Parts: sequence; C-alpha cells; structure tokens
Amino acid sequence: MRREIPILIAIVVGFVYVIAFFVPHPPLNKFQDWGNDWIQIIAGFAIVLGVLNLLKVSLEKVYKKSQGWGYAVIIIIGFLIMTAAGLFFSGGKNYQNPGTPFYDIFFNIYFPLNATMFAILAFFVASASYRAFRARNKEATLLLLAAIFLMLGRTPLGDYMSSWAGDWQLKNISDWIMDFPQTAGQRAIMIGIALGIISTSLRVITGLERTFVGGE
Amino acid sequence: MDFWQKLLALDRRIIFVFVALALVIPLFFTAPPGFLKKIDISSPVKSLYDYVEKLPPGSKVMIAFDYDPPTTPELQPMAISFLKHCFLKDLDVIMIGLWPQGPVQAQFAMEMDILTDEKIKAKNLQYGVDYVNLGFQAGNEFVILRMGSDIAAAFPVDYFGTRTRELPLMKDVKNFDNIRLVYNISAGYPGTYEWVIFAGDRFGVKIAGGNTAVQYPHVSPYLQTGQLVGLLGGMQGAAAYEKVSGYFGKATKYMFSQAVSHAMVVFFIILGNLAYFITRGRKT
Repeated sequence: MRREIPILIAIVVGFVYVIAFFVPHPPLNKFQDWGNDWIQIIAGFAIVLGVLNLLKVSLEKVYKKSQGWGYAVIIIIGFLIMTAAGLFFSGGKNYQNPGTPFYDIFFNIYFPLNATMFAILAFFVASASYRAFRARNKEATLLLLAAIFLMLGRTPLGDYMSSWAGDWQLKNISDWIMDFPQTAGQRAIMIGIALGIISTSLRVITGLERTFVGGE
Repeated sequence: MDFWQKLLALDRRIIFVFVALALVIPLFFTAPPGFLKKIDISSPVKSLYDYVEKLPPGSKVMIAFDYDPPTTPELQPMAISFLKHCFLKDLDVIMIGLWPQGPVQAQFAMEMDILTDEKIKAKNLQYGVDYVNLGFQAGNEFVILRMGSDIAAAFPVDYFGTRTRELPLMKDVKNFDNIRLVYNISAGYPGTYEWVIFAGDRFGVKIAGGNTAVQYPHVSPYLQTGQLVGLLGGMQGAAAYEKVSGYFGKATKYMFSQAVSHAMVVFFIILGNLAYFITRGRKT
C-alpha cells in the first residue's frame, strides 16, 4: 500500500491535469485549483523542512568535527541570528520592513556577501577562457571565434572597433550567431527535452514508471 | 622555459589581477564621448518598450521578480528602468516573486530608486492604489497556474501582510485576463521559461522577459515564435532599455566597465593562442 497509494495519486492527478489543460471547465478546473493550493502548501512546508534539514546536517558536521565544520558553525550562527532578528526584534513591525534588524542584516551583510560569491565567477570564467579557448582544431576554433565575436559585439566596444566594416560589423556578426546557429541549437535541445518530459510523464501517469516511489 | 612557454602556463592569479583592474578602474571614470551612443538598442528591447508605450494609462502590468542578490548588478537595473517607464506612463504595477528574495528586490528598487526619483515623486504614487507588492509564494509554476484562475488565491496577503482582496488596485484584478503584460525578470528556475509555458501559452497573457546574459540564449527562441513580446539580456539589455526610455542608470554606467573587461579577456585569449602556436611542436 505504501507504493500503490502514491502511484494511484500520481495517475489520477496526472490525468486530470492533462485533461484540464485542454478542457478548462468545471469540475476539472476546480480540481486543478484545489491541487495547486495543495502544492503551494506542500512547497511551503518543503522550505521549512529544507531549512531544518540544513540545520540538522550542520549540527551533525560540527558534532563529528567533519571536514569544513567551521563553515557549519557559521551556518548555525547565521541561522540563529536571522531567526531571532526576524521573530523577536522587529518592534511589532513586519520583519521585512526597512529599519528592522532583519532588513539591515539582509541588506548590509547577506546581500553584498551573496553578490560577491557570484561576482567571483567572472574571474574564473576569464581564467578558464584563457586556457580553454585554444585553436587546437576546427571545432575549438569555431568556439573561440564565436566567443570573441560575442564578447566584443555585445558591448559598444565592438562598434568602435568595427564601425568601418559596414554589414560585417561585430555587432551584426554577434546578432547573426545568436539568431541563427545559437537559436537553432537551443531549439533542438528544447525539443529533445520536451520529448523526454512527455515520454517520462506518460510513463508516470500510466503507472509504468514507479521509481519515484522508491525501489525499481 | 622561454617567455612563450611561461606565458602558456600563466598563473591564474595574474589573470585575476588584470581582470579586476579592467573591471574596477573604468568605474572611476566617465565613459568616453560617444560611448553611450554606441549602446545598441536591439529589436527585442525596442519591441518591449513600444508595447509598454502603447498601453493606455491605468493598464495593469505585473512584474515577477524571480532573482536574488547575486544577479542584482545585471537584473536590478532592468527592473528600475522598466518600473520608471511604467509609472511615468501611469500604469498600475503588481509586483510578485516566485523566488523568496524577489519581493525584497522589488522593495529595494521602489525605496532606493523609484520613490526617490523627482519625476516619479511628482506622480505622488500611493501603495495599494498605483502599485502593490504581493510578496513571495512557494510552488514555482503551480503558483502561475493558480494565478490563471485567481491571483488573490495564489497570493492571499501582500508583502506587508494586508489581505490582497482589500488592496484597491486588486479590486478589479481577478486573473491574467485583467493583466496586460507580465514582465518576468529572472536568473533561473522558475523564470521566463515557466512564465511563457504556464502563463503565456496556457492563459494567453503577454509575456516579456529580462534575463541574465547566461540565461538569455535559453529563452531567446521564444522571441522568433512570438511567445515573448520582448527580451532584455544581461547588462547590455538593461543599458539598452535605459537608453530607449531616456533614463541613464547603473546599467549604462557599468557598460563601460564590462566593455573594458571583455576586451581584457579577449586580449588574454589572443595572447594564449599566440603562445600556443609559437610553442606548438617544441619539446619542453
């Protein structure tokens, strides 16, 4: 029963959602709304579960002194500070309002730290480009040229460098790369993914695919 | 090991230093004359601008802030210039987020850039009447589906805890039938892809997107099919929207820095290839 009931729910909900897409009338659309409300509630609880799980994993890491346990300490301290700031120090206001400690910590600490993490990528991309974009063969040369055309063509610098070239300006070349080879490739990937999703979904709603409930 | 071989095995920290200088130094200088004129207004940017221009005053526009602090430099300018354009056109703005930190980004944009702008101040914008922030709702694309039948059911209370149905702006808004445009600013999942499939294709609402430069290629096929009204891609797209709407903000300022850093990366790529060809076939 532990496997059969979830499979039955998946089959019923799957079929109703598919039919409701083409026939958006009562009672199917009502059932879909009801299902969507449930998903929102489950998703809300999933966030809480995720946060608690992160806390549990971090506490275990500290307790066992596993590799990188110092980072886990920071996670726990951060979690406690943000929770306390939001729950107990908002002065009766919504914790997200400007002027609350939660807002100040978010804006002055979390925000720049998070942005910095992402910004560091620029340096790794630059270093990786230096090593990876080598004209070793035909394919690598094409990749290299596309990268150069796009990097220059997507900034005003490309205009400065190639304003004399008429229709062959870097901007036009980069637009052509984006509009034709890139879009064609992307579309092929999207169609492939969509076909994969359709076949997997069909297997789930017909009960053939059962791995989502565990086991084979 | 000669000079070219040393260059081939260049320490990545040297590249880091040069890229950092290329990024930071231009921030302290004004772009050369004519630089701003060279910012290209692409057709997806222009078509979004034109669509907003044609909307009659009082039209409801929804902005989905589906991003968080890491992508703020690229995406926040897209939000600010679009918000300014909407308010100057007297459009009603409904802000939401399918990412937990999205509505906070919306609040930052309003407090720091929109409500402090002199032209916008003259409009005397009222929260709940001219704009609302409905906050975050968990559930990704299922929230979009729920909004298709009832927006207030998907977002029962706003960012500040007020009941959505009590907000004057939301009185006439039941679902996507009452929204003239959904502008999704996204850094990943859920993002423009989901809005096109679950709101645009399913309920027929017009969708436009603002994406990071990395994300742009994934959604650009929807431009040619007409499933997107317009699309802004990366800092370039943000700067182009600033230019076309006549407001020069952070994206325009950052473009100079981005152009110089791109040139630096290209310089290193060329240098690396030069070293590769010169040393090719040599024994170390």
